[in-house]
Amino acid sequence: MTFNNILSLALVAGIATSAATSTRAADITGAGATFPFPIYSKWADAYKKETGDSLNYQSIGSGAGIKQIQAKTVTFGASDMPLTVEELKKDGLVQFPMVMGALVAIVNVEGVKSGDLTLDGATLADIYLGKVRTWDDAAIKKLNPSAKLPTAAITVVRRSDGSGTSFVFTDYLSKVSADWKSKVGEGTAVEWPVGVGAKGNEGVAGNVGQTKNSIGYVEYAYAKQSNLVYTALVNKAGKTVKPGNASFQAAAANADWAKAPGFYQILTEQPGEASWPITSATFILLHKEPKDKAATAAALKFFSWSYEKGGKMAEELDYVPMPDAVVKLVKTSWEKDINSK
Amino acid sequence: MSLSEAKNNHDPGEADLSDIAIEDVGAASVDKNDRARALASFKRDDRVFYWLTRLSALCVLAILGGIILTLIVGAWPAMRTFGFEFLWTQRWAPQLKPEPILGALGPLYGTMLTSFLAMLIAVPVGLGIAIFLTELCPQTLRHPISLAIELLAGVPSIIYGMWGFFVLGPFLADTFQPAMIATFQHIPVLNSIFAGPPSYLSLFNASLVLAIMILPFITAISREVFNTVPPMLKESAYGLGCTTWEVMRHVVIPYTRVGVVGGIMLALGRALGETMAVTFIIGNSFRISSSLFAPGTTISAAIASEFAESDGLHQSSLILLGLLLFVLTLFVLTAARLLLMRLERREGVAS
Repeated sequence: MTFNNILSLALVAGIATSAATSTRAADITGAGATFPFPIYSKWADAYKKETGDSLNYQSIGSGAGIKQIQAKTVTFGASDMPLTVEELKKDGLVQFPMVMGALVAIVNVEGVKSGDLTLDGATLADIYLGKVRTWDDAAIKKLNPSAKLPTAAITVVRRSDGSGTSFVFTDYLSKVSADWKSKVGEGTAVEWPVGVGAKGNEGVAGNVGQTKNSIGYVEYAYAKQSNLVYTALVNKAGKTVKPGNASFQAAAANADWAKAPGFYQILTEQPGEASWPITSATFILLHKEPKDKAATAAALKFFSWSYEKGGKMAEELDYVPMPDAVVKLVKTSWEKDINSK
Repeated sequence: MSLSEAKNNHDPGEADLSDIAIEDVGAASVDKNDRARALASFKRDDRVFYWLTRLSALCVLAILGGIILTLIVGAWPAMRTFGFEFLWTQRWAPQLKPEPILGALGPLYGTMLTSFLAMLIAVPVGLGIAIFLTELCPQTLRHPISLAIELLAGVPSIIYGMWGFFVLGPFLADTFQPAMIATFQHIPVLNSIFAGPPSYLSLFNASLVLAIMILPFITAISREVFNTVPPMLKESAYGLGCTTWEVMRHVVIPYTRVGVVGGIMLALGRALGETMAVTFIIGNSFRISSSLFAPGTTISAAIASEFAESDGLHQSSLILLGLLLFVLTLFVLTAARLLLMRLERREGVAS
């Protein structure tokens, strides 16, 4: 867990030199978000077996990934939060979504199993605002009339480190609660009104696992692999949905990427009856005029291969592959914007 | 008589010795020249040695200056934006656009409170262990306990953090904290210091883990300096009919005061700057609560948590926090030096 963090810290320091000294053209270097790290490394493994080209991806966090690509020390950067069109323009970057995932709220309440408890966005925001303080609060009871809930105080757990995961979660809360939007807002690190901060998904999961009557948020893949108790959520259409491939794909299908310039789109609170409300895409950043054209061309080949052949691998790890229509849009933008020849 | 004259007086004997060393050359004049050359080379060697050591010492100053300079340069944007208000602003809102509101009060409070509590626990216990080891401990136990203390000092801080998180935190939250909250719930002031709900991650837990971490420093150094007290002093005191406590209080501790305070300061320095273990168990909340069982944060924990994903004014503020920790440590060290100087002066007057 924390060893990963230490490792990534070390890598922040190390990557500048390692990226600068890599000379083989076929070596693609990337750095950034931790969230897609498992699938990127799985794709890289399979890609190397097939083509012999290797990819070196350092999961140092979205913010650090953005800095690395701005400094041109890596072939591509990866970020969970998209850059705005102006930000892209400033550094001459191109951005596109690579794969999608979802967040779930995890709880530790005695007798409650995965999917037993239903929450809606407003209640979740009120819990994180410290307005809903106990599990038997009227707002929670109303959503779960039959559940037996303790009178105990809710321990709120959130990320202490700046994180793309927090960005997606607070973006969701901002969309569903005007109160949250005005008092806190969204960001990788925000002014949390209540709660304890823990480092990384592992830290949040560990804290929720240990603390009775607690609530936290983690990536679905992480919750599933660690057998954490997650809640159902009420989506924009007012329907109660459970997390899973079907509800994630529904959210992805309803997103309209064609209308998003620079692919700037945060997938939370998508319309559609079956859509999971806290879905997010993770993005790749490339230079329009790359310093090392061969490396960028190799990276594009890898991304193209991943879109085509990586879907099944992504689903195995509980990610959601990008729909074909979006892939087509992305490839058009490569043709148009990136000069890698 | 000057030093050179003294040397000249010894000339014959030394000449004899060098004659033996350079027997083959033989002639007296050559002998004199060689001696001069040898002396010059000694002088040169000494100068080289002097400059090498001096350079090493200056290195420390240069590094220190470099650190302060980089900290100030990094912290400058935050200093310019927030000014002195940074010191007493409790809000920490890096997400606000266009400009974040950031203040150091939360981390400053957490740093000082946890260090203070840790010292409160660790100093008496640490000194107690050292006294027991040097004065009262049976010979067979002395070695194993000393070794255990040294091992404790060598445990990486992350291990303390994990232990605090997985073992101590749950234990305190399930047993100690509810008991304290129940005991003090009707007593004013105390009921807000020991207010619920119990938490695995809190200022109190962090202080306790810090206390355990700094204990070996206090014990190991105190034990060493206690051992330097001449046995005759102690035996005389015992001979006068002093109890062990009186010997410690009036002979050993006054004799070793500087060393003991030095050990305590070293421990305080570690408590102020400790990062990984504290980040694990303090709860990383910038809000100040009156309760010890509430989560908080320290300067180093805040930097460790947020630095990697920060930029702009947020990052500059984190660097400014680092600068504040630097100043805080400097302040503590200076205060300790002044205290020692005053103690020594008073002793001079008394005797």
